[in-house]
Amino acid sequence: MTHIKVTVDGTVYEDDVEPRLLLAHYLRDRLGLTGTPIGCDTSSCGACTVDLDGATAKSCSVLAVQADGCAVTTVQGLAADGGWTPLQRAFHEQHALQCGYCTPGMIMAARDLLRENPRPTAEEVRDALEGNLCRCTGYQNIVRAVLAAAGGQDGPEPGSRAGDAPGAQATEEVRA
Amino acid sequence: MTTVAANGRRTAFVDNDQKPNGHGRMLRKEDPRFVRGRGRYVDDLQLPGMLHLAILRSPFAHARVLSVDTTLAEAHPKVRLVVTGAMLAEKGLAWMPTLSNDVQAVLATDKVRFQGQEVAFVVAEDRYAARDALELIDVEYEPLDPVIDVRTALAPGAPVIRDDLEGKADNHVFDWETGDAAATDEVFRRADVVVSQDIVYPRVHPAPMETCGAVADYDAVDGKLTLWSTTQAPHAHRTLYAIVAGLPEHKIRVVSPDIGGGFGNKVPIYPGYVCAIVGSLLTGKPVKWMEDRAENLISTGFARDYIMRGEIAATREGKILAVRTNVLADHGAFNGVAAPVKYPAGFFGVFTGSYDLEAAYCKMTAVYTNKAPGGVAYACSFRITEAVYLVERIVDCLAAELRMEPVELRMRNFIRPEQFPYRTKTGWVYDSGNYAPTMELAKQIAGYDELRAEQAEKRARGEIMGIGVSFFTEAVGAGPRKDMDILGLGMADGCELRVHPTGKAVVRLSVQTQGQGHETTFAQIVAEELGIPPQDIEVVHGDTDQTPFGLGTYGSRSTPVSGAAAALVARKVRDKARLIASGMLEVSVADLEWEKGSFTVAGDPNASVTIQDIAMRAHGAGDLPEGVEGGLEAQICYNPENLTYPHGAYICVVDIDPGTAKVTVRRFVAVDDCGTRINPMIIEGQVHGGLTDGVGMALMEMIAFDEDGNCLSGSLMDYLIPTALEVPDWETGFTVTPSPHHPIGAKGVGESATVGSPPAIVNAVVDALSPFGIRHADMPLTPSRVWEAMRGRPLPPI
Repeated sequence: MTHIKVTVDGTVYEDDVEPRLLLAHYLRDRLGLTGTPIGCDTSSCGACTVDLDGATAKSCSVLAVQADGCAVTTVQGLAADGGWTPLQRAFHEQHALQCGYCTPGMIMAARDLLRENPRPTAEEVRDALEGNLCRCTGYQNIVRAVLAAAGGQDGPEPGSRAGDAPGAQATEEVRA
Repeated sequence: MTTVAANGRRTAFVDNDQKPNGHGRMLRKEDPRFVRGRGRYVDDLQLPGMLHLAILRSPFAHARVLSVDTTLAEAHPKVRLVVTGAMLAEKGLAWMPTLSNDVQAVLATDKVRFQGQEVAFVVAEDRYAARDALELIDVEYEPLDPVIDVRTALAPGAPVIRDDLEGKADNHVFDWETGDAAATDEVFRRADVVVSQDIVYPRVHPAPMETCGAVADYDAVDGKLTLWSTTQAPHAHRTLYAIVAGLPEHKIRVVSPDIGGGFGNKVPIYPGYVCAIVGSLLTGKPVKWMEDRAENLISTGFARDYIMRGEIAATREGKILAVRTNVLADHGAFNGVAAPVKYPAGFFGVFTGSYDLEAAYCKMTAVYTNKAPGGVAYACSFRITEAVYLVERIVDCLAAELRMEPVELRMRNFIRPEQFPYRTKTGWVYDSGNYAPTMELAKQIAGYDELRAEQAEKRARGEIMGIGVSFFTEAVGAGPRKDMDILGLGMADGCELRVHPTGKAVVRLSVQTQGQGHETTFAQIVAEELGIPPQDIEVVHGDTDQTPFGLGTYGSRSTPVSGAAAALVARKVRDKARLIASGMLEVSVADLEWEKGSFTVAGDPNASVTIQDIAMRAHGAGDLPEGVEGGLEAQICYNPENLTYPHGAYICVVDIDPGTAKVTVRRFVAVDDCGTRINPMIIEGQVHGGLTDGVGMALMEMIAFDEDGNCLSGSLMDYLIPTALEVPDWETGFTVTPSPHHPIGAKGVGESATVGSPPAIVNAVVDALSPFGIRHADMPLTPSRVWEAMRGRPLPPI
């Protein structure tokens, strides 16, 4: 057993853990922070992505003991008291989630991108989310959401630069 | 009547205040918990005293189990229980029925029949200890020759996989046929043109982001079993557990909490669920089983694996006369196909597609191999993925043979709108369709003629570009109980609606969302009928103690069956509300006019009561009309009279790098027609997801085996699913041709894109490669396979 002290979503935890315990399991099973799910066993899917001292990490590939002395932020720590961040709101408004299982990791990865690159192109968003798999959405609405969070609520066209968002276009409906 | 609309590359505008009181774009009610990490999936559950279960799996595809020594595992200080097949056999639980009237080993007793098969399980104090203990179990195997290539499985002398079945001397599962063989042969004899092509739909896997798992909690005091599990069909599972375990049904509660994607993977009952139940029964504690990704890929329900010979007969002018096919189906070691029992090949009979034919015939043989069971999964609508792939590939082969434009060939042969309801030559009655406008809209969004011009220019420059088309008719909403059941359970679905005194409501469904947005759309269906805002309607699903019986969500059946039930139960409540309103307004019911949310006396617009007023009266003080009971609620069990048949036109544009043979899907246009659209935003999301499945299957995904039966695709390092980089911005449009028999005219749509997109992509790649003399290449069209095809050596996938 190894003694660790780790700050998770603003709360300091001290625990004795086995050195082999994965951070993902520490968060989920020990701290009850189940908002960070696990989707694979080869570090491929990114569902378990968290913020570890300011950088994203796949928490299934970090030992809890390696997080000793670190600050971890999970999706559950992004907004207090039932509120939500612009990114979380954008995921909702752009229908960027369905089953919701990849969503926490997706949001954490997108947050990291916007921190480094507040005005990404659609291509840069896709590039940044390459480590996060989604089986439901086909990604397009996730790209829309990240661009919307970057460029304001109306959301730009995918493929265009965030910020110069065109207005809404009316749906052309023809009855035949 | 058909409504046509294009949204093309348009990004739908988000109106935050838009809250439709009924059908329309509405943001999802389930999102707030998911974006905050407050969903509740199976592995999130933690119960007092909960133990963890891990399963020991076979390293061999085919081997006799000589002995299983659990001594060391039992001595592990954190282990509470170790169970072998022999122990289960003593309790009569070593085998369980599959959804196809076969049996499947829960834990191997005599021998193992696929790599990854369950051999023993451990229950321990934590998940790490349970895994440790697996290493301490010593199993002695005697390896046997495996049967891997389905084409040799029926050869004389092939090893017999299912020697557990009495008198079984070969690997034959079933023969099945549909259509008229003689009539089809006759048409083929007199046809000008006959094209034949071997087409393989390789084995793939739904691979939902959340794997399968369960928490079983048997309470010995009240004799009740609660099972939280990743199931798409909680009620059907409960009944099967009751039959298998001998527990009375009212003492079993199955709860399907939030599910991290299903895609058909979570329809069958897996040995892990049964092991968790046994573990809880024997330890008296809650027991959690959560498989890892490798276990999910190698042991749970695969999809496809059809080897098809497609044949098409036509006139020289391009009138398609008949389609004929012969199929060899690989079902793995146990026949676990999740399909209505009278449909062992699912709905493959719709392989006649969207075309008006003179004859059609299919003959199929299904065989056992030493692979995991499954077959029906991954948004296949019961084998329609295979059917549509076959017909849309073979029609393209015909177009190539006739040197005819593939869109033109399809348009010429479409079933015409006035022919609906249309009975196909294999007996399916398509409810409605207006195919030409859908195809035209897809062409228009794509700029089809300009694309062909661009292609010609690029070809002249030596660039490799392809354009692929597919047009499909789906068959979803199983199904009429007169001929559709799962192990004797009719495929009807229940719905209960209860309006509270203050006019808020709860609607309880028998279907189970896995991300498709039922909590939102079912509230919208009820809102449309009753005028209660969807925000005021709570949708309850997935808990067999709380919801009416029904068969669950798969085969895009929720909207066709349960959606119909929700509309009808709301109308039943409205009928009662009308009676109560007549008492409140002191007029006869005939004098009342319904306008969404209220009854008004005809000719007196001021004499009106809202549904909320009526709800309060129904529960409150004051007399109700004679014969009317208090309360405002109703229930229904909807038996659909037919399936719904949504359709779609897809166009795909690919570029192929001449140096690396990498295929890039540059554009993809999808026009879907699912009749009445409950929530366009959610439909679009369903389509995007399904199109991405199509890119996965067409270009990347395959569950492969080596000759010893080792699964070569047991991780996400080997089983590649699309990332954000492999898919383009999808371009969608829609037409609206309502289902005439559905209460709100809605058809299913969830699987349409998965069904319709692979042939469009493959057709595009083959179109791109046509200058290389290629008429067909099998999926997945990975760079190495396309490279071979470009050199005139298209490889079979297996």
